[in-house]
Amino acid sequence: MSAVHGSAERRIWGYRRENGRVGIRNHVAILPVDDISNAACEAVAAHIHGTVALPHAYGRLQFGADLELHFRTMIGTGANPNVAACVVIGIEPGWTQRIVEGIAATGKPVAGFSIEGHGDIATVAAASRQAKAFVHAASEQLRVECPLTELWIAAKCGESDTTTGLASCPTVGNMYDKLIPHGLYGCFGETSELTGAEHLAAARAASAEIRDKFLRTWTAYQQEVIEAHKTSDLSESQPTRGNIAGGLTTIEEKALGNLEKIGRHTRYIDVLAPAEAPARGPGLYFMDSSSAAAECCTLQAAAGYVLHIFPTGQGNVIGNPIMPVVKLTGNPRTVRLMGEHIDVDVSGVLRRELTLDAAGDALIDMIGRTANGRLTAAEALGHREFVMTKLYRSA
Amino acid sequence: MTAPQILVHARRDNVGVVVVEDLGAATEALCVVTEDDSDFRLAVREPVPLGHKVALADLAPGDTVIKYGADIGRIVAPVAKGAHVHVHNLRTKRW
Repeated sequence: MSAVHGSAERRIWGYRRENGRVGIRNHVAILPVDDISNAACEAVAAHIHGTVALPHAYGRLQFGADLELHFRTMIGTGANPNVAACVVIGIEPGWTQRIVEGIAATGKPVAGFSIEGHGDIATVAAASRQAKAFVHAASEQLRVECPLTELWIAAKCGESDTTTGLASCPTVGNMYDKLIPHGLYGCFGETSELTGAEHLAAARAASAEIRDKFLRTWTAYQQEVIEAHKTSDLSESQPTRGNIAGGLTTIEEKALGNLEKIGRHTRYIDVLAPAEAPARGPGLYFMDSSSAAAECCTLQAAAGYVLHIFPTGQGNVIGNPIMPVVKLTGNPRTVRLMGEHIDVDVSGVLRRELTLDAAGDALIDMIGRTANGRLTAAEALGHREFVMTKLYRSA
Repeated sequence: MTAPQILVHARRDNVGVVVVEDLGAATEALCVVTEDDSDFRLAVREPVPLGHKVALADLAPGDTVIKYGADIGRIVAPVAKGAHVHVHNLRTKRW
């Protein structure tokens, strides 16, 4: 690999969107406002080649902070720079229009359709004509050369084991340490999974104000989610059975490995609510989120991240419908048994054949190739997990 | 360099991680400390799977297990130096 391919100097070919952001995919998204509009969205996507439907389970009778999170996730997903244009379909026009207006604020082409008074068939016909027009426009867009560091890159680890903390997570940390000083936006999350390392995570905040914000967020998750609902010591959920099979024993051990993702030097500059877009400029952000892979990735994509880096130990197979998920592992057995899911093999770190510095460069090279259009393992295998985070039961 | 059989994050850790798939009993394992590349040998007492931990010292109930130079939980059953450390003898101090 030439020096520039694995470095912050690398340039990539991306789609420059109306609001100036850089996307690396060119999806026409068919977005349901609510669960009962999934069928219409899937019908449009089946009809019009080059579109992707994003079915999900929620959107009816939600209220309060949970409803706000629903809108933030819907609007953020449609507004993501990997989406060229968006068709929104809901049962009624009010909430549909709210999402359309939120996406339109980015300048992106978007149109809404509501089913009540029309039925699925007429709605699908009208939405299909619009989707077809969007596909023609999107398919004529040309990629333009951009600095790699204009990308927004999120990270989250899954099916972790002890190799994650030795190899794949510190490889991600090495990448962040190299790229964030050059203008990259980064993001890590998994609030409960930092338990046992929360003092170390707090110490990596860029200021006392942000440290306190992190600790308030972490404490609230402990009290309002974990302590309020737990029926055991969580020894089968955090760590998971897969984590334990891979050698992890306690949440403390898992958290310390997880935190290796943020590198040695980088400090996070803000704490984001779930699906909240970063607003303090380039740098690393912490997002309050579940550690469940699909929920966390969906929230990060809704915040505007266009690429995801996913270190795995035992072999999580997660993907996302609009944000490519690049997987890396340090576990040689996972490479051998599940190699079709792995984009970057860093198992050489365990054999001391590969330094973390070289592993970080290899990851940056794969980021460049993925940005330029290489399909990730998850994309090629059809993984499109789109999972909304719900805060509490509907009314 | 010879590939290590056990990696240790920090000098003050009292456990190391097996990084090969076939570590058997009665092995004089090569251990490398990743923070400073120092190495040492450890007599491993029993077969330990890839990714699982081995005690670098004798550990007694109530002892704190140190990995990454940090507290990862407490010992709940005696562990001899070179033996397997896992969920049967190590428990969380949290939740």
